[in-house]
Amino acid sequence: MKNYDLVVVGGGPAGMAAAVAAFDAGVKNILIIERDTKLGGVLNQCVHNGFGLTRFKENLAGPEYAEKFSDEVEKRDIDVMLSTMVLEVGADKTVTAMNSEYGVFTLKPMAIILAMGCRERSKGALNIAGARSAGIYSAGTAQRYVNIEGYLPGKNVVILGSGDIGLIMARRMTLEGAKVHAVCEIMPFSSGLKRNIVQCLDDFGIPLYLNHTIVDIQGKERVTGVTIAEVNPVDKKPIKGTEIHFDCDTVLFSVGLIPENELTKNAGIPMSPRTKGAIVNQYRETDVEGIFACGNVLHVHDLVDFASEEAEIAGRSAYEYISGKLNKEKTVNLINGANIGYVLPQKITVPSGDVKVFFRVTNVFKNVTFKVKDGDEVVISKKKLTVAPGEMETIVLKSDLLSANKSGNITIELEAQND
Amino acid sequence: MYDILVIGGGVVGGMILRELSRFNAKICLLEKESDVAMGASRANSGISHAGFDAKEGSLKAKFNVLGASMMPKVTEELGVKYKNNGSIVVGFNDEDMETLQGLYERGLKNGVKGLKIIDQQELRTLEPNISDDAVGALFATTAGIVCPYELAIASIGNAMDNGAELKLNFEVDKIETGEYFTVTSKDGQVVKAKYIVNSAGIYSDKIAGLIGDNSFKIGARKGEYILLDKESGNFVNHTLFFCPTKKGKGILVSQTVDNNIILGPTATEQDDKDDVTTTADGLNDVIASANKLCKKVPVFNSITSFAGLRAYSDRHDFIIEKSALNDKFYNVAGIESPGLTSAPAIGDFIANEVAKDLNLNKKDNFNPTRKADYFFKNLTNEEKNAVIKKIPEYGKIVCRCESITLGEILRAIRENPKATTVDGIKRRTRAGMGRCQGGFCQPVIVSVLAKELGIPYEQVTKSGKGSEINVGRTK
Ligand SMILES: Cc1cc2nc3c(=O)[nH]c(=O)nc-3n(C[C@H](O)[C@H](O)[C@H](O)COP(=O)(O)OP(=O)(O)OC[C@H]3O[C@@H](n4cnc5c(N)ncnc54)[C@H](O)[C@@H]3O)c2cc1C
Repeated sequence: MKNYDLVVVGGGPAGMAAAVAAFDAGVKNILIIERDTKLGGVLNQCVHNGFGLTRFKENLAGPEYAEKFSDEVEKRDIDVMLSTMVLEVGADKTVTAMNSEYGVFTLKPMAIILAMGCRERSKGALNIAGARSAGIYSAGTAQRYVNIEGYLPGKNVVILGSGDIGLIMARRMTLEGAKVHAVCEIMPFSSGLKRNIVQCLDDFGIPLYLNHTIVDIQGKERVTGVTIAEVNPVDKKPIKGTEIHFDCDTVLFSVGLIPENELTKNAGIPMSPRTKGAIVNQYRETDVEGIFACGNVLHVHDLVDFASEEAEIAGRSAYEYISGKLNKEKTVNLINGANIGYVLPQKITVPSGDVKVFFRVTNVFKNVTFKVKDGDEVVISKKKLTVAPGEMETIVLKSDLLSANKSGNITIELEAQND
Repeated sequence: MYDILVIGGGVVGGMILRELSRFNAKICLLEKESDVAMGASRANSGISHAGFDAKEGSLKAKFNVLGASMMPKVTEELGVKYKNNGSIVVGFNDEDMETLQGLYERGLKNGVKGLKIIDQQELRTLEPNISDDAVGALFATTAGIVCPYELAIASIGNAMDNGAELKLNFEVDKIETGEYFTVTSKDGQVVKAKYIVNSAGIYSDKIAGLIGDNSFKIGARKGEYILLDKESGNFVNHTLFFCPTKKGKGILVSQTVDNNIILGPTATEQDDKDDVTTTADGLNDVIASANKLCKKVPVFNSITSFAGLRAYSDRHDFIIEKSALNDKFYNVAGIESPGLTSAPAIGDFIANEVAKDLNLNKKDNFNPTRKADYFFKNLTNEEKNAVIKKIPEYGKIVCRCESITLGEILRAIRENPKATTVDGIKRRTRAGMGRCQGGFCQPVIVSVLAKELGIPYEQVTKSGKGSEINVGRTK
């Protein structure tokens, strides 16, 4: 087998963008390993529009967005191995993979970019009582049945969780002739994008039950109904007497996405419990030098445009690393202050250029002030009208601000009244 | 005409069939579901009990101790996962320690080896996550864990490889007696046989009733479980029990052979013999009890919950005997825990009894082994490559969470007893049993099943008729 300078694990939007950026920066021997039969990752099953608005100023369907990148990969001398599963990544920068053609094989590139994407949290994680009949799917699995296989998994649907895939599937199933009776969400707000609530639920008259969860699923062979109930917003326990029953044959779960980091963890790469991805610096380099991560495997993005942007940082940085130009003199830690769910990157090495920091808030708030602090000293203060956990926030930390950092820490916090 | 019919394809019927297949006889297993191992044998704790629980002199005690001693060899022959991890009954006060002393002595009487009482310090060394309130324990080194549905499937597969037949979707509805038995299924299929073994689990009283034998009743007691991700797989090393009380054994916390952690079961009486739904109260009980036994149980890592029904007899012991009404009809009923452990011994006992009655000879060419390839992921890279070279489908991973390949899935569909459903593949290969619970691999498995079975995609079921995964084509 050929010797590669860079191996990219995963051929979704992040993996492709990372490979292209690395190539354009100057890395010549690049291999993308993808377990599916084609490049594109999860975008292949996202046939709806809404991709590329930021990046291309165009409203593209998922597969169209993916194609733009796979065309770029094809134009360059980048090797792609499909139907190949990476079994192990080693901290010594080895990649062990398997396919039908070569069996199990190990590569030892100079750098690795992890871009394995994320998976849905399953129903099992919630310990919801009731039957285990046919008709219970994660929203993404249903999406695959409808959009790739061309089959309808059910006709009368209740959806738990108002994540974006759930919202999009509410619309998709409706367009396919199914009746979506309800979307219920245990939180007092949706974790999905506002535009999806409007375009996928409101426009079709599908009710959204906030502060509700499923308390029972009935059925033997196939689901025959579900019972939902309101929850106490504090302890999330169902309130007796608030039950609503729906006759239905299908329950979809859209209860969160989890970065798929089995390989990362097995490699012993330190993880962030907040993002559920690796801890990285602004180059998207993990604590193991030369191993980078980007896209949904690092943290779950709401828009693919941001995943691509992040992947390009990782791709360019991989080049810098391979050519020995990643200069790290000092590390500044980024800290989640009040009301902040997570901050990415978790550290910044200086000297650096301007660094765009991504973060999420923990709740829905109005009239907020974001504060960036060096120790106790506020160095940036920025106001915003409304924020929600479903929408990623960004803030740019200027190069001089970073090199002037005294405390070794930068805290980002939010001041607000709870909505 | 069959020599022997076995009714009920659980682990008990399976082990009986397998032991019978050692003899020259025409044998057949009748199972009402779309697959074997669909009853108690698919949803239980999977413990190979040491044998100190059952009262001395009972059938439970006898078959348990015997079965536990046979388990390592049987599982090895059948390629079923088994681990001799040892079990620990935990005491929380003086009264418990007295009970444990009683169990220890009963164990000795039952012939259990490797029992010892351990103190708090040793307990904490063995199980660092044990509750701070635990004061001592009974340690049983011969106990183990085994995959129950795998044992049922493999024993039936091995019997079939040795000539036994299997009829699925055959719900026995009528049995006419006479010179021989005429057995009719609910949908009108008829088979005849000289001899019948009734191992129909929770419905074995109904089957006995079909020949007029109403000498026992079987009740249903539900047990609910929560399964934790293998990420928490080393939370405990042994099988941990509470001290038994008048109310029963209580819940356990144990490793499984697939390196998950299992919590449960509850114990609730119910009239419905088919209801295996979980309940909010039940699952909450499991969590609360587990947290009494251990410290900070990682329940956040749960991947699924499920329930099984214990089939207990009103005689409160196993019933393993000829019917008083017909000496060619064996009842093997009330096989609640430790039924899984006892199954190899029960199979051996029944097969030899029946063979004596029918004057059967042993086959010269009986093959006791059934190779399991779901150990594929545990092979060395060289071994994997040798397999992939021969069968390239082993190079293609379908279930990411459990690293199950297309080769294994095809084998599950093609080898005895053949899987015809998504759940059937899951029980044979583990595809879909990992943390994403089939989210990624199910659509692929559906298409492989459709192709292999030669049926339309939308006719593929989760678990038999009425459980179709899809309802039709998109617009
Ligand atoms: C919660 C729980 C925990 C347990 N834990 C343990 C443990 O840790 N260790 C242990 O040793 N044991 C344990 N047991 C006991 C063990 O699971 C059972 O003893 C064992 O599985 C019984 O096997 P079986 O073949 O008798 O029953 P089943 O597996 O129920 O098989 C009976 C079969 O008969 C079929 N059948 C019924 N009626 C008909 C009909 N009319 N026609 C055709 N087929 C029919 C059914 O479909 C079924 O497949 C546990 C049981 C439960 C429920």
